[in-house]
Amino acid sequence: MEEQKRISLVTSLQKPSSNLRRRRRLGESIIQGLLFFSGFVSIFTTIGIVYELGKEALLFFQMPEVSILESLTNTQWQPHTGNFGVWPLVTATLMTTLIAMAIAIPLGLAVAIYLSEYATPRARNTLKPILEVLAGIPTIVYGYFALMFMTPLLRSILGRDVVEIYNTASAGLVMGILILPLITSMTEDALSAVPRSLREAAYGVGGTRLEVALQIVLPAALSGIAAAIIIGISRAIGETMIVAVAAGAGPKFTLNPFQGAETITGHIVRISGGDLSYDSIDYNSIFALGLLLFFITLTLNIISQRIVRRFREVYE
Amino acid sequence: MKEKLVNPNYNVNINGRRRNGSIWRWVLQLSTVVGIIALITLLLNIINGAFGYAVLEARVDPATLAVDGVPLEEQSKEQLMSVLQSNISSAAFKKLESDQPFAERSRANVYQLVIERIVKYDIKASWQLWDSLTRANEIKATAAQEYPSAQLRFISWFTSDFVSRPQSSEALTAGVRTAILGSLWTILFTILLAFPLGVGAAIYLEEYATDNSLNRLIQTNINNLAGVPSIVYGILGLAIFVRALEALTSGEIFGVVDPTTANGRTVLAAGLTLGLLVLPIIIINAQEAIRAVPQSLRKASYGLGATKWQTVWSHVLPNALSGILTGTILAISRAIGETAPLVVVGASTAISFDPSSPFSKFTTLPIQIYQWTSRPQDEFRALAAASILVLLVVLLSLNASAVLLRNRFSRKY
Repeated sequence: MEEQKRISLVTSLQKPSSNLRRRRRLGESIIQGLLFFSGFVSIFTTIGIVYELGKEALLFFQMPEVSILESLTNTQWQPHTGNFGVWPLVTATLMTTLIAMAIAIPLGLAVAIYLSEYATPRARNTLKPILEVLAGIPTIVYGYFALMFMTPLLRSILGRDVVEIYNTASAGLVMGILILPLITSMTEDALSAVPRSLREAAYGVGGTRLEVALQIVLPAALSGIAAAIIIGISRAIGETMIVAVAAGAGPKFTLNPFQGAETITGHIVRISGGDLSYDSIDYNSIFALGLLLFFITLTLNIISQRIVRRFREVYE
Repeated sequence: MKEKLVNPNYNVNINGRRRNGSIWRWVLQLSTVVGIIALITLLLNIINGAFGYAVLEARVDPATLAVDGVPLEEQSKEQLMSVLQSNISSAAFKKLESDQPFAERSRANVYQLVIERIVKYDIKASWQLWDSLTRANEIKATAAQEYPSAQLRFISWFTSDFVSRPQSSEALTAGVRTAILGSLWTILFTILLAFPLGVGAAIYLEEYATDNSLNRLIQTNINNLAGVPSIVYGILGLAIFVRALEALTSGEIFGVVDPTTANGRTVLAAGLTLGLLVLPIIIINAQEAIRAVPQSLRKASYGLGATKWQTVWSHVLPNALSGILTGTILAISRAIGETAPLVVVGASTAISFDPSSPFSKFTTLPIQIYQWTSRPQDEFRALAAASILVLLVVLLSLNASAVLLRNRFSRKY
């Protein structure tokens, strides 16, 4: 008894008294749990996307009319005749994306180089917000613009018999304007992250402003620029309302940008516009297409993150 | 002597390089100008569409509807009601009464009904603003020649009436009140879902999360979700909120049975879908705001014996609040402009009733724009342009408030 008391005295002397120890606080733990839960909701979202889209897409491919092989080889997408070739939708998507990037990459890079290397701080501070307004305009407004401005413009330049009312060219061109500010701002961030000392050194050995910009700064920022371009492509592939309004309704296997064609996203919107009945072939097909879209954009986004991480030039 | 100094392999073509430089400088400047021209053209194109001449032909001449010499425009509500009663069938009148009792309707509403049901203007032709200004005489001549019985009127489609009138299938009396209310209802649920979850996740990731693989996965996942096309969220919303959680989103489990919305295509489902869509954006913005709070504030708080949550609640959040709110407003303005996911979730094509509960059918401003743009008639395109102006005004004021908030409350340490 005496012995035990002594031991406990010793231990209590050795250890700091218990009220200095970290107390368990129930409230704190509950709050931390709630916060962790809100962080975890994003994981649920991803799981939800993959599970729900995957489940319905699987049902789609199990339907007797559909086979994966056929949808990769068939060049017709006509649900009511049992043709589920994904190519017309894919070619239209690629076409609008290509046209958009043909506008957005050169213009976006040029604007970014101008803003970061040439413009005075004052010019930059007025021009940047103006370009950011472009990024804040809803895409349906661009759709209206494509249909009401770009299409009539193309038709008056190239002739009404060449350009159809709904065509992928005008949708793509306007999409290029939409993506321009995205590429500009990401590229400009990459350019301004290049340290001043590099530029000063290049000027020191007699480089002109253009040579410094193109031969020193641009290569140093290349990984950021590549990432910007890939994000731009991913955005163009997933872009919906411009193509839904201006690119035309009805899948068509064509490489003529002046004809109407339907992209993956445009098709999903048109199909789901009416009251879609559950478990119909149309209902399941939008999930298969959505899954395709999800994986394409996810892959592009991951590639862009990898590029930034792997190839970034690190300056002390 | 001079030959010796210049290294033959080293090309000092100074003039050529300078010329190159100025050419490219010009090209780069031009590109920037092109971007700005695109923006201006876009805005001008919309303004051009929202005003202009139109030829109106009345099926019943309004002059014949005058009562006791009082023209239609100046009649009181009671007079208008009697005009309405004597010109449409009693069944149709009863239906109007049961939609909304006449005692509750305003004079403007009854006047609108008279125009819609009896006078019935048909738009025979319409012109855009630019044509209306530059070719006014030509238009007047054409109108007088081709539609002798009709009147030519300069119509501003973008008016305060347009904002306050409900949706209608007649272009002249259509308005965007239903759509604006639908947008507000939807955004309410978007905020209720995304703001607490988004800020909570940001606090967790910035203040609590240790660098382990699970937390890295959450962070990577959020970055990737921000890049998922919005239409994919629409499909997700269709599968989860409309179909799987139909009992919740149609209000069934609350005992609310709205006969018009037996399925889950409701305001609530739309709001939750948009909530998932903007969640990653809110998280990323809030994280940045929290990260900008200097470490010294936290250290000082811990030094006084505060717990983690006390530190976060009383020191980190108040200092990060303006940044968090700015980021949230930007995310909300993204949600207000979204169209594609709502089409997939199942926005209604034509509703003339204002949404009144979370379980109402919905339409939103962008959806309304989409539907009007898709119609081939010029007058509906004009309505689309006018509603785009409304949408842009809403977005502009949201963004302006974000900028004000940032300037007002931003602190420098």
